[in-house]
Amino acid sequence: MTTAELIGADSGGIIAIKALIVFIVCVLLTLMSVWGERRIVGRMQERPGPNRVGPFGLIQALADGVKLALKEDLIPAAADKIIFVIAPIISATTCFMSFAVIPITGKVSLFGHTTAMQLTDLPVGVLYVLAIASVGVYGIVLAGWSSGSTYPLLGGLRSSAQVISYEVAMGLSLVAVFIYAGSMSTSDIVAAQSTWWYGVVLFPSFAIYAISMVGETNRAPFDLAEAEGELVGGFHTEYSSLKFALFFLAEYVNIIAVSALATTLFLGGYHALPGLGFTENWLGGWFTAIWFFSKVLVFFFVFVWLRGTLPRLRYDQFMQFGWKILIPVSILWILVVATLRTLSLQGAPRVYVVGFASIVVLLVMAVNLGFDNAKKKKLDSLEVEVSAPSFAVPTIPMNVSTINVSQAGKGGDHV
Amino acid sequence: MSEQLEPLNNKEISVNDVPFTQMETGESVGLLGHLKGFWIPFSKMFKKTLTVEYPEVKAPTQERFHGRHQLNRHPDGLEKCIGCELCAWACPADAIYVEGANNTQDNQMSPGERYGKVYQINYLRCVFCGLCIEACPTRALTMTNEYELADDSRAKLIFEKEDLLAPLRQGMLMPPHPMYPGMNDTNYYKGDVQQSHPSQDVK
Repeated sequence: MTTAELIGADSGGIIAIKALIVFIVCVLLTLMSVWGERRIVGRMQERPGPNRVGPFGLIQALADGVKLALKEDLIPAAADKIIFVIAPIISATTCFMSFAVIPITGKVSLFGHTTAMQLTDLPVGVLYVLAIASVGVYGIVLAGWSSGSTYPLLGGLRSSAQVISYEVAMGLSLVAVFIYAGSMSTSDIVAAQSTWWYGVVLFPSFAIYAISMVGETNRAPFDLAEAEGELVGGFHTEYSSLKFALFFLAEYVNIIAVSALATTLFLGGYHALPGLGFTENWLGGWFTAIWFFSKVLVFFFVFVWLRGTLPRLRYDQFMQFGWKILIPVSILWILVVATLRTLSLQGAPRVYVVGFASIVVLLVMAVNLGFDNAKKKKLDSLEVEVSAPSFAVPTIPMNVSTINVSQAGKGGDHV
Repeated sequence: MSEQLEPLNNKEISVNDVPFTQMETGESVGLLGHLKGFWIPFSKMFKKTLTVEYPEVKAPTQERFHGRHQLNRHPDGLEKCIGCELCAWACPADAIYVEGANNTQDNQMSPGERYGKVYQINYLRCVFCGLCIEACPTRALTMTNEYELADDSRAKLIFEKEDLLAPLRQGMLMPPHPMYPGMNDTNYYKGDVQQSHPSQDVK
């Protein structure tokens, strides 16, 4: 019995309960991840992070939520009021929706029913997630546009450009998974990874997805849309109170959602680590949820780690990286994967497969060597210019007795 | 004649052992360099935090930290301040207001002729530069290490003489009272008066 058939047999009550569980889990994870992020980033910067509200500051996020709810809810006079209100709602709802197709556990029993902890199983589940993510962008774009203010508009524009660019790379990186799994349904993809994770088999895809999911969620180092230092918060500059809280919630649920998708597609979903397969039957199958969430939390930690390490990219560098590196590399990788897959499916001798793979590797190495040489040449030509500056560079202070401002040949010394 | 400032060769400049030329051209630090960048914040997680848990833990300041002012007393309890206003004149922020008055037989607040009748420091203006202390001829005005100087109204942050005066220590008598018998203001200044004399206790 496949997961789709299992879920198809659910009664309305079970579906409602599952929806509730998914929602509660998302909100709880968000609260905990806000706290976790601040604690981890704090420790990385040699400070403790929030530690005053509750034990270890655990309910800091809840306290912040209450504070936000009690704040004055401002709508700027220049704002387009209806869209201004709708935008955060779009943002918050869409990020929850993508969780509907994420398989959290394998076969479990819920109130006596045998089912799987997955709200629904679409034959095109992953496409559905991508589509929902794209709709989520509307929240950001509309928020920026309807605020009637410059910085939010810039933030919204940047954000739309960013998410669209990185969604292309993201979608392309998933193609290889579809080719190998032979399905777009999340549960089938997880089932196909029972022996080898796609994160290992299709490592380039995994790397591209991991990079583009950071771009997709507007997180550091790709947080150009918010860019506190440049855009005073970007698209949500004019938002306050609960509407701001919705954006905040959406950002974190989004992180969890893309991490969950990454877990599902590349890290074997709810499956245990290799060699620990026996644990999947513990707690009547519910133990698989622990595997799933620990993988998601690893991704979340990486998100926080990136934020604690890298400075924000410049806008043009960011776009260049997306369009000139990620997308071409993904397309080439898909070509290679598709060829390999077709060769092996049509029963070509192993020699052909290995031969093709080695030719590809050699080609990549040759191109890489070419790039390196070109770069070196460019650097060498630069070096000559740099070593002879036309302006006076300050010396080390101890060696300077007097600074003579006038240049030689310009009328002698005035000091 | 003066030395001409030689333009430095960029190859001679380096920051944290990374040559300037390398920074200019953006030469790659290599894979190991990137990994090091990730390793540093990760390893910091396991280090002791530098934070001082302030309201619970009050770390001592440096010995000569510029904190709240104090108006000192002579060992017999008389005030050191002579109301000369030099501190007020020295103050770059115009935070000090002093009104001097004459000491009389019945109202001897400090040794000598004059004493500070009104002494106010406005902590909304004070920049804690310490010029007032340098200006004080009698060492009447010094600074303590006390730094908790926040309050909820402007009026409360104008400290009066009572707020600034040092407390009475062992052997001190609350002025006004007569000077130590047989001592003049110069003796006081030189530190000849070590404690109060029973005859000074006029109350």
